[in-house]
Amino acid sequence: MTTSELTLPQTEPQAGKKRGASRRVMGAGKQLHAGPVTYLVLAVFALVSLAPLVWTAIAASRTDHRLAETPPPLWFGGNLFKNMQTAWDEAGLGTAMLNSVIVAGAITISTVLFSTLAGFAFAKLRFRFSGFLLLLTIGTMMIPPQLAVVPLYLWMADLGWSNQLQTVILPTLVTAFGTFFMRQYLLQALPSELIEAARVDGASSIRVVWHVVFPAARPAMAVLGLLTFVFAWNDFLWPIIALNQQNPTVQVALNSLGTGYVPDQAVIMAGAFLGTLPLLIAFILFGKQIVGGIMQGAIKG
Amino acid sequence: MTSPKQALAHPASSAEAAPGSQPGAARGAHGHGTPPEGKSPWRSRLYRWDMKASPYVFIAPFFVIFGAFSLIPLLYTVWYSLHDVQLSSLDTQTWAGLDNYQNLLSSDFFWNALKNTFTIGVISTVPQLMAAIGLAHLLNYRLRGSTVWRVVMLTPYATSVAAATLVFTLLYSWDGGMVNWLLDFVGIDPINWRESDWGSQFAVSSIVIWRWTGYNALIYLAAMQAIPADLYESAAIDGANRWQQFIHVTVPQLRPTILFTVVVSTIGATQLFGEPLLFGGVSGSKGGSEHQYQTLGLYMYDQGWIIGNLGKASAIAWSMFLILLIVAAINLLVTRRLRKTQ
Repeated sequence: MTTSELTLPQTEPQAGKKRGASRRVMGAGKQLHAGPVTYLVLAVFALVSLAPLVWTAIAASRTDHRLAETPPPLWFGGNLFKNMQTAWDEAGLGTAMLNSVIVAGAITISTVLFSTLAGFAFAKLRFRFSGFLLLLTIGTMMIPPQLAVVPLYLWMADLGWSNQLQTVILPTLVTAFGTFFMRQYLLQALPSELIEAARVDGASSIRVVWHVVFPAARPAMAVLGLLTFVFAWNDFLWPIIALNQQNPTVQVALNSLGTGYVPDQAVIMAGAFLGTLPLLIAFILFGKQIVGGIMQGAIKG
Repeated sequence: MTSPKQALAHPASSAEAAPGSQPGAARGAHGHGTPPEGKSPWRSRLYRWDMKASPYVFIAPFFVIFGAFSLIPLLYTVWYSLHDVQLSSLDTQTWAGLDNYQNLLSSDFFWNALKNTFTIGVISTVPQLMAAIGLAHLLNYRLRGSTVWRVVMLTPYATSVAAATLVFTLLYSWDGGMVNWLLDFVGIDPINWRESDWGSQFAVSSIVIWRWTGYNALIYLAAMQAIPADLYESAAIDGANRWQQFIHVTVPQLRPTILFTVVVSTIGATQLFGEPLLFGGVSGSKGGSEHQYQTLGLYMYDQGWIIGNLGKASAIAWSMFLILLIVAAINLLVTRRLRKTQ
């Protein structure tokens, strides 16, 4: 590591703010301007990225029971809200949405909290076996979730917790990724002098965490929270095993909607649109932070 | 900016290397400091205990929860895979030895699922990562509205798996689906995206490609921005054009990141589940009428929770893990070889 990197420990991890600065530095030397071809290709990619979503909204707004017709519908009909209402009722999307919010919310809060604590310990505290334990943490990312579902299913059945939300929540309360992500961030975002100063004042560990670590970690906690929420909202395997149609999450409800439960394809599309709406809203509000977070996780991971 | 390699190579050194920190003070942060003077011995002892124990308290939640809900179950999965466990009669679990594994190895459906997982994995991962590198290269130019482009490219990532698959299923409909309609426009005969082998596997892969290309592009973009500008300058002085710079500077510099994305995508591809499940509709867990796109993930779900043989499902889970380990080992060998030849 060079000294020039270490003189800017606070600004380094804030991808959003920092990008502007590094861009200027790069631009001064050599970064090339994009030509029309670049914009054209990007526009095609953007179209491909957005078209299925836009088409979902179009399909969801039609009156047709069958959407697979030639030519397919290419503009909005007037039935969006009626179809949404039907999908909401038929697939029990109200319960499903509430369940998904509870599940994803609980998982997000717990993952962010525990990842910050563990990440802080791995980044800034010295203790026996810390190197080994960190390696262990990283290594566990290789373990596929499939490897745990049979015993978990049997245990939860034993406890009488089948079809209950805590069954979905409990196994996902922490992630190795989150721990590693917070460690990488705090390594540079949290100046050791701040912890020392608090220590000299006789602050206990809890006070240090509360008054020094959490404030320094806040930007990364927000990003990790968004990434975790998206992940938990989209989780499929374990919810579909652990929950039934009576008490589903959104993904489970959409699965039942897609397996011939409702014959009206416009209603299915309305359900699909509703199921992704909360993520889209979060994405429209915080897209920039999510982009920054993924890039930041990438460069250090 | 630190490269991924550097960040990993210096796991704990940054605290010591922090500029301006006095050696004595630094030790204070690491658990050997003295408490402020004038405090009672009891408080001083409490302070020392706090210093020693707090790191373990902070990492404990992760290890306790992860251990209880991942590591211990993982071992129990071995146990169940050696037993006959039926969903219909959970209380009677009889020892079966290696029966479940033998059963697997002699099952055509297992080999079919393995083959499908491999082919779908390849046709979804390779084009996806190649497109992502190209896309990242474009995003790395000085662009008007660069943030907007990035956010737009990432929208598929923020679409729920189920919703995305339902939409693509409709787009790939046999009679009059959008895709066949477009093919008809350019004079290509309609393809039966749900029944044909390659057609259905391509359709499932396209959902994966659509959802993850932008995500991987951002990871490559981050790595590209960390490549020192003088490498390009010297390449330009040597007369390399943009394309040659991309091939001879960008791609070699991205090698660790490419490896990272290959590993992550491989793990994802091995576990592919939601997309083929929903793409199949009613026959979802079978992976289509002829098992054309039944992946290992689907096969395990089908055997365990549709057919109800949890012992066999455990055996499938372990074979998935073994396959992942083999792939990881091959990956490691290939990178070693690459590094040596450099």
